[in-house]
Amino acid sequence: MELALLERLNAERAARRATILVTEIGSGRQRLVTPAEAPSDPLAERLAEGFRTGRSALVDLGNERVFLTVQVPSPRLVITGAVHISQALVPMATGAGFDVTIVDPRTAFATPERFPGVDLRAEWPEVVLPELALDPFTAVAALTHDPKIDDGMLAEALARGCFYVGALGSRRTHATRVERLAGLGVSREDLARIHAPIGLDIGAVSPAEIAVSILAEVIGVLRRRPAAREQAA
Amino acid sequence: MFAREEDVLEAAAGWRREGRGVALATVVETWGSAPRPVGSHLAVDEEGNFLGSVSGGCVEGAVVTEAAEVIADGQARMLEFGVADATAWEVGLSCGGRISVYVEKVA
Repeated sequence: MELALLERLNAERAARRATILVTEIGSGRQRLVTPAEAPSDPLAERLAEGFRTGRSALVDLGNERVFLTVQVPSPRLVITGAVHISQALVPMATGAGFDVTIVDPRTAFATPERFPGVDLRAEWPEVVLPELALDPFTAVAALTHDPKIDDGMLAEALARGCFYVGALGSRRTHATRVERLAGLGVSREDLARIHAPIGLDIGAVSPAEIAVSILAEVIGVLRRRPAAREQAA
Repeated sequence: MFAREEDVLEAAAGWRREGRGVALATVVETWGSAPRPVGSHLAVDEEGNFLGSVSGGCVEGAVVTEAAEVIADGQARMLEFGVADATAWEVGLSCGGRISVYVEKVA
């Protein structure tokens, strides 16, 4: 592979853009295909399948074999709330391969001392959402308990088709949240997508245990449902 | 450090920019209970330093050895590992699976 091609592949991934590297096994010839270019490519159907599933694959064309290195954006976890649960969740999610961002306008919570080395935005969601550019490869966990912070993020996450949307709080808290968001114009269908109470029911008590239950739920949705990738393709 | 797939490709590019000879190995086919999915990468430099994995440790040594050849002659190769292919390679996969690994030079 030419270094320039490898660098383009890396740049596309860093920009969270899907791309497929096509390698002709026999000749060693390679090309990079974007979702926009795929429909006019000779391998259009197989490329579409690659973008949809996110899976790399060897394709036998009869007279030659080509390998598709499929690259879709790495999963990202955006959390509102620089809280105790987040402190436990960040290293776990990072280790599982997620890019993590924390949003919390409360500067007493959102400090580098509490979250060393983390992409931390001490801003209101409304301010940072344009640059965060939530997408179908993003999971959102709302953990502040504060509607002023969580609601805007949840509405945006649902509108942008985030593959997972979860919110901390009891069933009663969630019922009032649903009514508030419905009042903002969020559809009932979208509201039904919110995982609440957040996390798998494993009887979690401590912040670290709750973090495990949240991350397990996020991974379950990521791996079992192709929906996120289909929307992005 | 625990490396993600993207770290492996970044490392391959970074090593090459430094002027090192670099090969990139990619799992292109698996049969049975192969330990790493299709698309997994292993980056190898000319001194045998490597990052990533193609088998969870079973055949990395053989891939690194072959990568040195690929770096030297620039010819990409398809390697096959597994219980059914013991004739081609001394090494095998303890899990009983089979894998094909494509090794190419980063030029």
